[in-house]
Amino acid sequence: MMRARTKLVLLVGLLAALHAVVLLAGFFAPYDVEAQNRELAFAPPTRVRFVDQQGHFHLRPFLYPWVERPGTIGEFQEDRSRRYPVRFFVTGQPYKVGGFLTGRVHLFVVDAPARIFLLGSDAFGRDLYSRMLYGGQISLLAGLLATALSLGCGLILGSVAGFYGGWADDLLMRVAELFLALPWLYLLFALRAFLPLHISPTRAFLLVVVVIGTVGWARPARLVRGVVLTAKERDYVRAAIGFGASDAYLLRRHVLPQTFGVLLTQAALLVPQYILAEVTLSFLGLGVSEPVPSWGNMLSTLQQYHVLASYWWMFLPGLVLVPFFLGYAALATVLHERLKAAYL
Amino acid sequence: MRYLARRFLHSIFLLFGVSVLTFLFLELAPGNFLDEMRLNPQISPETVAALRAQYGLERPLLARYAFWLKAVAHGELGFSFAYNSPAAPLLWLRARNTLLLTASTSLLSWLAAIPLGVWAAARKGRAADHLTSVWTAGLLAVPDLLLALALLLLAVRTGWFPTGGMVSVNFDSLPFWGQVRDAAAHLALPVLALVLGTLPLLVRHVRAAMVEVLDSAFLRAARGHGIPRRRLLFSYALRAAANPLISLFGLSVATLLSASLLVEVVMSWPGLGPLLLEAILARDLYLVIGAVVLSTLLLVVGNLLADALLYWTDPRIRAR
Repeated sequence: MMRARTKLVLLVGLLAALHAVVLLAGFFAPYDVEAQNRELAFAPPTRVRFVDQQGHFHLRPFLYPWVERPGTIGEFQEDRSRRYPVRFFVTGQPYKVGGFLTGRVHLFVVDAPARIFLLGSDAFGRDLYSRMLYGGQISLLAGLLATALSLGCGLILGSVAGFYGGWADDLLMRVAELFLALPWLYLLFALRAFLPLHISPTRAFLLVVVVIGTVGWARPARLVRGVVLTAKERDYVRAAIGFGASDAYLLRRHVLPQTFGVLLTQAALLVPQYILAEVTLSFLGLGVSEPVPSWGNMLSTLQQYHVLASYWWMFLPGLVLVPFFLGYAALATVLHERLKAAYL
Repeated sequence: MRYLARRFLHSIFLLFGVSVLTFLFLELAPGNFLDEMRLNPQISPETVAALRAQYGLERPLLARYAFWLKAVAHGELGFSFAYNSPAAPLLWLRARNTLLLTASTSLLSWLAAIPLGVWAAARKGRAADHLTSVWTAGLLAVPDLLLALALLLLAVRTGWFPTGGMVSVNFDSLPFWGQVRDAAAHLALPVLALVLGTLPLLVRHVRAAMVEVLDSAFLRAARGHGIPRRRLLFSYALRAAANPLISLFGLSVATLLSASLLVEVVMSWPGLGPLLLEAILARDLYLVIGAVVLSTLLLVVGNLLADALLYWTDPRIRAR
């Protein structure tokens, strides 16, 4: 059995690597999010090959470009007349990293007019793989920001309820119970229903973050309240009260630092849940909308029957959620065990 | 009896809280259906004013809430502007379909989860147990949305299941057993998606509850008396492990309703989910409120059922 600490370090490293790929989308993606190829609408995933028509093996992978099959509309076949080698670490289209750094090097490209579509292309001939990486920036950021918001609300309300007690405690905990008992997707939808529908992608993004973050305040608040209640009873806190410490000092120095472990564990549980919430809202057209890609709105074309029936690769970008969710779930388990060990 | 009474009061409180909460959301919302109507040059200002008066939009907040609450008590859930009809009949029909879906899912997933969980617990630390923990972890990482889409993709490409809707077009002309078969075929895909989504968590909980009981002294004594293994597991141990599992059933109703909302939309099952989504997109706010309140009602009924079951099975609670 691996030591818990090694496991934790490995998991955090793995998750950091996954997030780094999304952050550096410009480097890992061969194309820009908005680069369209109208003549290559709904092209299936490119076949990356090592062996050519004559049976010769090539160490450098190559591809044959898609061309429309003669006499059909929207059906593609490989044009085997010329090989297009995949070239690595090539300077090309400039892109932004994190909104301020500019990069030019791409991990891999092929020479025009050939296109490399690792996961196929969508209705406008946009590369799904590139859009998946860029879309992750929206979905992950929404998940992380909403988690921060939820934990912030939970920390403030939970410590108020636990530290001061009285009617504020009663009221807050009753409302929290209400929020916890309800089916949270219905709650999310209800809140979304009363906010404007047709807005710019930036505003929609902020709206989604706020809606998701607000709906989830209850569980962190209850957990923080519990920690604060036990912390308040500790001898050194009582001693500090006896020495005349102010409330602000007590909270800052003695009480709130103890909530750190609980908040961290909650974060590992909430981030995937909130990523999924963004995906769900955008999938249903209530969140971030085209042309800005997000993991949710990339899947939403699958709601049209003909897309689902004819273009199965449109489903592939959704699978990117699985490694993230596995990583976060394992992290939450490890953190939870550490927390339990610390209290026993 | 006091236990049941307390739980019942709790449910009433829950419903009341939800109605207040949703009503407040409604009041805080910028604009309503009539505002859009006012911008329409084909509708006269007098018509809009008359509608406002008819729906009591002129009165103060508390009066409106009381008005609405009274209507709800009479089984009216407001008026759907988009459908131009009372909301209640629309909602009840959809709620029935959601109930059919979630009840079948609950039944099937528990029927599958109990043997699987007991099996893993009985072989704790051995290959079967490790296998269980691997497949449950894997399935937990696949969101309901992906499961539903993947199954739909499978159905479309293989033609094994009908996709979308509750019954076929020629449903009325089928004989009785044909109707049953047709409905079951339509039910299969959404139920499968929901069962796959809920199963891993249930199996894990059944396993955890059983492992705890299997370590206890009374079971060792029972084993010492030579009681057969199967009876030991399913009759003695399972009964002792039932309490946390029944509580879990109550808690999982909310999760199931959420998952069902999404699966219904993806697979076009005519439940509360698609209705809620349409209502949001049409800004039909009374319908939104009605759908939320009705989902809470389903939740409350599920919770009360779990409480009653707990009261019936667990003598420790009856003694309180």
